[in-house]
Amino acid sequence: MPLFGPEATFFAVLAPFAAAIVAPALTRAMGHNAAWPLALVPAAVFVFFAGLVPQVAGGESFTPGIAWAPAYGVSFSFFIDGLSTMFALLISGIGTFIILYAGGYLKGHAHQGRFFSFLFLFMGAMLGLVLGNDLLTLFVFWELTSITSFLLIGFDHLRAASRRAAIQALVITGGGGLSLLAGFLVIMSVTGEASMSQVLAGGDVLREHALYPLILLLVLGGAFTKSAQFPFHFWLPNAMEAPTPVSAFLHSATMVKAGVYLLMRMHPVLGDTALWTTILPVFGGATLIVGTLLAVRQTDLKLMLAYTTVASLGLLVMLTGTSWEKAIEGAALYLLAHSLFKGALFMVAGTIDHEAGTRDVTRLGGLRGAMPVTFVAACLAALSMSGLPPFVGFIAKEYLYAGIWGDGGIYYALTATAVIGNALMLVIAAAVALKPFLGAKVETPKHAHEGPLLLFAGPVALSLTGLATALLAHSTGVYLIQPVITSITGVQSTVDVHLVPGYVGAPLILSGLTVLLGIVLYLKLDALRAAMAGTLAAIGWGPDKGFDQAIAGLVRFSAAVTHRLQSGRMDIYMTLTFLVAAIALLAPPLLTNSYPAALEMPDFRFYEWGVLVIAAVGLIAVLTARTRLTAIVSLGIQGFAVALIFMLFGAPDLSFTQFMVETLSVVILALVMTRLNLQPRDHRPKGYRVVHGLIATALGVGFAMLLIRVTQLTFDRSLSDFFEAYSRTIAHGRNIVNVILVDFRGFDTFGEIAVVMITGLCVLALIRVRPKRAAEGALDKASGDEALSKREEVQV
Amino acid sequence: MRTIIFRTIAPYLAALMVLFSIFVLLRGHNEPGGGFIGGLIAASAFAIYGIACGVAAVRRAITLHPMTISAWGLFIAGLSGLPSLFLKQPFMTSQWWYVHAFGVEIPLSTPLFFDIGVYLVVVGSISSIALALEERESD
Repeated sequence: MPLFGPEATFFAVLAPFAAAIVAPALTRAMGHNAAWPLALVPAAVFVFFAGLVPQVAGGESFTPGIAWAPAYGVSFSFFIDGLSTMFALLISGIGTFIILYAGGYLKGHAHQGRFFSFLFLFMGAMLGLVLGNDLLTLFVFWELTSITSFLLIGFDHLRAASRRAAIQALVITGGGGLSLLAGFLVIMSVTGEASMSQVLAGGDVLREHALYPLILLLVLGGAFTKSAQFPFHFWLPNAMEAPTPVSAFLHSATMVKAGVYLLMRMHPVLGDTALWTTILPVFGGATLIVGTLLAVRQTDLKLMLAYTTVASLGLLVMLTGTSWEKAIEGAALYLLAHSLFKGALFMVAGTIDHEAGTRDVTRLGGLRGAMPVTFVAACLAALSMSGLPPFVGFIAKEYLYAGIWGDGGIYYALTATAVIGNALMLVIAAAVALKPFLGAKVETPKHAHEGPLLLFAGPVALSLTGLATALLAHSTGVYLIQPVITSITGVQSTVDVHLVPGYVGAPLILSGLTVLLGIVLYLKLDALRAAMAGTLAAIGWGPDKGFDQAIAGLVRFSAAVTHRLQSGRMDIYMTLTFLVAAIALLAPPLLTNSYPAALEMPDFRFYEWGVLVIAAVGLIAVLTARTRLTAIVSLGIQGFAVALIFMLFGAPDLSFTQFMVETLSVVILALVMTRLNLQPRDHRPKGYRVVHGLIATALGVGFAMLLIRVTQLTFDRSLSDFFEAYSRTIAHGRNIVNVILVDFRGFDTFGEIAVVMITGLCVLALIRVRPKRAAEGALDKASGDEALSKREEVQV
Repeated sequence: MRTIIFRTIAPYLAALMVLFSIFVLLRGHNEPGGGFIGGLIAASAFAIYGIACGVAAVRRAITLHPMTISAWGLFIAGLSGLPSLFLKQPFMTSQWWYVHAFGVEIPLSTPLFFDIGVYLVVVGSISSIALALEERESD
């Protein structure tokens, strides 16, 4: 595989995983300064994808890859086009600064190496997600981001709130992932294609298929949970329990954007239908408004940002949901702008927390003198978030207003939603970026001062990028935005992005209106916050609470089911097992009325009669035995008789094994009995004996009928002939049974001896457990029997 | 059960049974026998010795923990599948070598080592169960 060009994508995705392995050792050796060399990894990945930009901007797309499981048509391939390149650049670019930031933020933390490791794992999973071409590979990476985000959110695992947030995120996004998997499987069966690039080439196949509504709902189930759309939004703010570098990375450009990515990716084949343009704008719009309103309610810097992230995701879903090309231009620009300013602002919030000791906006103020660099970075990012010139956020807002403004009810509704949402976003931007820095100095828990380079490099770089992409608007449009729009719409499109609006029209007026509304609301922020708090208190219930109730209900339900099924009583388990086996054996002949033909009485020799008599005597002895020990030994008599039958009818190996197994069974059963201090006599009440006797008889009759039926079928000799012919010539052995076991089917035996050994270990563990109750002791016997039956199975 | 006769005979009986089990193991490829049966016989030998002379005596005699023996068996069985890989044949393709020693030809093969692995797994697993059960009987 070459090291440059699209074919090397494999290495680019592999690199973060490799870094995850190295990170702990490097951190142990270098301390927090390990961030510098480690940041080179995502930086290199960024440079690699930047190198692909000219080709991608020229309209090319690549699908490099290798076959993975060819039998199932699964390959490990990547799909590189405008959309995935943009995401890969954001992930690796922002990732570079996140690694640096994590170096400063968790300086001296005992598990900083582990933290780096988790971050890199997440980064690799995210790259795989946006680059994955094969649908199943994409799904694997999708769930991998859920799992790694679980590790990151729960990083501070000693706090109950972190653990709860981590589990919540995993349940919501992982559950959505399963919905996505189902959607992918339906897509694969409908189109017959396994890769995204092929599915996208399919045109209207999915849209016109009868299963389209199902496919759409399943895919949306994945996208909406991942991208925190209302009413699944609650996991995202709770995930703020994570250390700030995690929030800055997962909730700006990566994790939460995965759902948006998927919607944009599938838009050419799923979008632009009545269902699509109804569901997405409605949920997106609702998320936008709910997100901003809840953000206003908060006083914690990170939570304010988290809720605006929810809102921004809603805005993106709403824009993508219109399927209008102009609105999608706005979405693509907003995607870029949001990733940059939100990443920067989260890092600013973390720096304030780190240096001043609190994130509560009401307890912060006048930090501009102490933290000038952070203040400048915060202002630049906040201006972009507010949608003011000359930042990329401004361009994004101009284009999205241009995209959704029009004459008609739906246009008015969308525009009103966007204006209110953006105005509230401006309020939050101002609250986060201005409030802590301006005004009179407020006493903070820690004596605030400027953070080190590791802490302010990220916010400064990202907010300056937000400025640079706006100043170089034309290049941004040609190299980044235009290829993205081409990917989303599925047709080659041209877009001319420029910073200065070409005309004074609706978008500019709407922008002005937004700013005006925002300023008014900012001045009334405290009143607004109190009003929201009152409203929420009045409602009293939310999805977050609902989640707890659902989980508690699930636990109660499973406890009830477990209690039912796992009574802990040996006799119930055994009775159920044998009963089910008897039904399984007897039901088919009874239902299909296919009984075996009556047997002819064979012409037995006298010693054969003798063996049968021994077996019968053994059975009678079992039934009439006074003590359990006698019964066990008598069962051995019956077993020996069967071994003799094997011997007489030419199966010496089987017979040999049967002798040994019977002997050991009797020994081990007798040991178990004395071990468990069972009473020598069987004290089952009469009713039990009858029921158990009936089950035993049914099982015996069932087995007998099965065996008779099997012997009456025409015997297929092809396998026997094969073994007879080749046992000697190929495998150099005359004992066919042994040759089959160790040579022809040696791999099966290998698996079986592994089972024998594991069973042995389990039995040993059970015996070692000091029985606290009699019920636990009974388990020993169960496993002992199981181990023996396994051994029998190996030989048979 | 620890009568003087049983205790006197048990060591000789157990030794004979172990010897016999190895015989059964080695002849398995051509005559009735093999690793599985051999393993069962050896396990019964240890069980008898344990019942007669106590578990501590058995554990001293076999040195290794029975589960360790079992693990070695699985390891050897797994190793026996590897040589074919070096000859670009599928995993576990049997290989045969004919070694001349003491004037006779001794056929060695990977299935033989595989069978030895099976033998050790069975001996180890079953005797660890039996010994553990016997041990608890005496305390």
